[in-house]
Amino acid sequence: METVAVTFDAETLRRLIDAAAGAMISHADELTALDQAIGDGDHGLNMKRGFEAVLAERDQLAAKPLPDALKAIGMTLVMKVGGASGPLYGTLFIALAKELSAAPSQEEFVRAADAAFAAVKARGKSDIGQKTMLDVLKPARDALAAGRDPVAAANAAAEATIPMRAVRGRASFLGERSIGHMDPGARSSALLIAAMHEVLEGS
Amino acid sequence: MTKINGNVGIVIVSHSIDVARGTADMVRQMVGDGVPLAYCGGNPDGGLGTNVQAIMTAIDQAWSDSGVAILVDLGGAETNSEMAVELQPPERRRRIVVCNAPIVEGAVMAATEASGGAPLEDVKRTAEELSPV
Repeated sequence: METVAVTFDAETLRRLIDAAAGAMISHADELTALDQAIGDGDHGLNMKRGFEAVLAERDQLAAKPLPDALKAIGMTLVMKVGGASGPLYGTLFIALAKELSAAPSQEEFVRAADAAFAAVKARGKSDIGQKTMLDVLKPARDALAAGRDPVAAANAAAEATIPMRAVRGRASFLGERSIGHMDPGARSSALLIAAMHEVLEGS
Repeated sequence: MTKINGNVGIVIVSHSIDVARGTADMVRQMVGDGVPLAYCGGNPDGGLGTNVQAIMTAIDQAWSDSGVAILVDLGGAETNSEMAVELQPPERRRRIVVCNAPIVEGAVMAATEASGGAPLEDVKRTAEELSPV
């Protein structure tokens, strides 16, 4: 990504919402399968429900300035997802909303990613290395800050959750048996990062 | 009736509406009507899961000036309950606690403590005595 500010006009926001929602809806079965292995098997369905609600409000959301749109998306996810991923992803979007201006620079993105990481970490009472979405958010943030490809970093980081042992959430009940499966939240985070990055790179 | 409003309220949040309702039934039978009590369960579509809006409504229903203790079953119920607490007005927020306790036993113990007029911190501590360290 260049250091020039990205313009988040209504058309860009519409495309971002379409891309993010499309990624969650089209991968719902895959996310559910991952969650059936180590969780309670509802992650795909929950994310689909949440992003379908976001999609239903797409044009109203896209008409807002970027921070307001992000905050509204976060609240919709909080209210509609129906699992722990609702407050976790909701908190992520609301934290981004607090840090980003309507036309953010790359530095602002990195700062916002830091704030979002800290907020999700606090919400989930979790940390790096515990087989969660945090294990994807941090490497993606670091790649962005270093001018590397955040999508490649996110995908590699999601893969890297496979050998990890879960200590948070329902997967933690499985102990050693959580090893050998990709964390569903890490996968959904990588999918969202890839979907939104593609829109921004192309704009 | 004035006494009831003074007692800490109990909110039960399960992934399943049947578990939540059954737990509330047990509290009512064992502890009686001396505490404000509300429950919720299920995701926004009515399937298994939890729902921030429903938790906020339950907090309203069980609200007491002495505060509200929330009993939860599994991970998402806790995270969604914490989110629901944060969405409350600031003056309410510090008078709501999420108990780290098994939902059925915790709800009965918390309600028993609350029905005697105990303050919120005692209600929480009593429920949490049931948790493995």
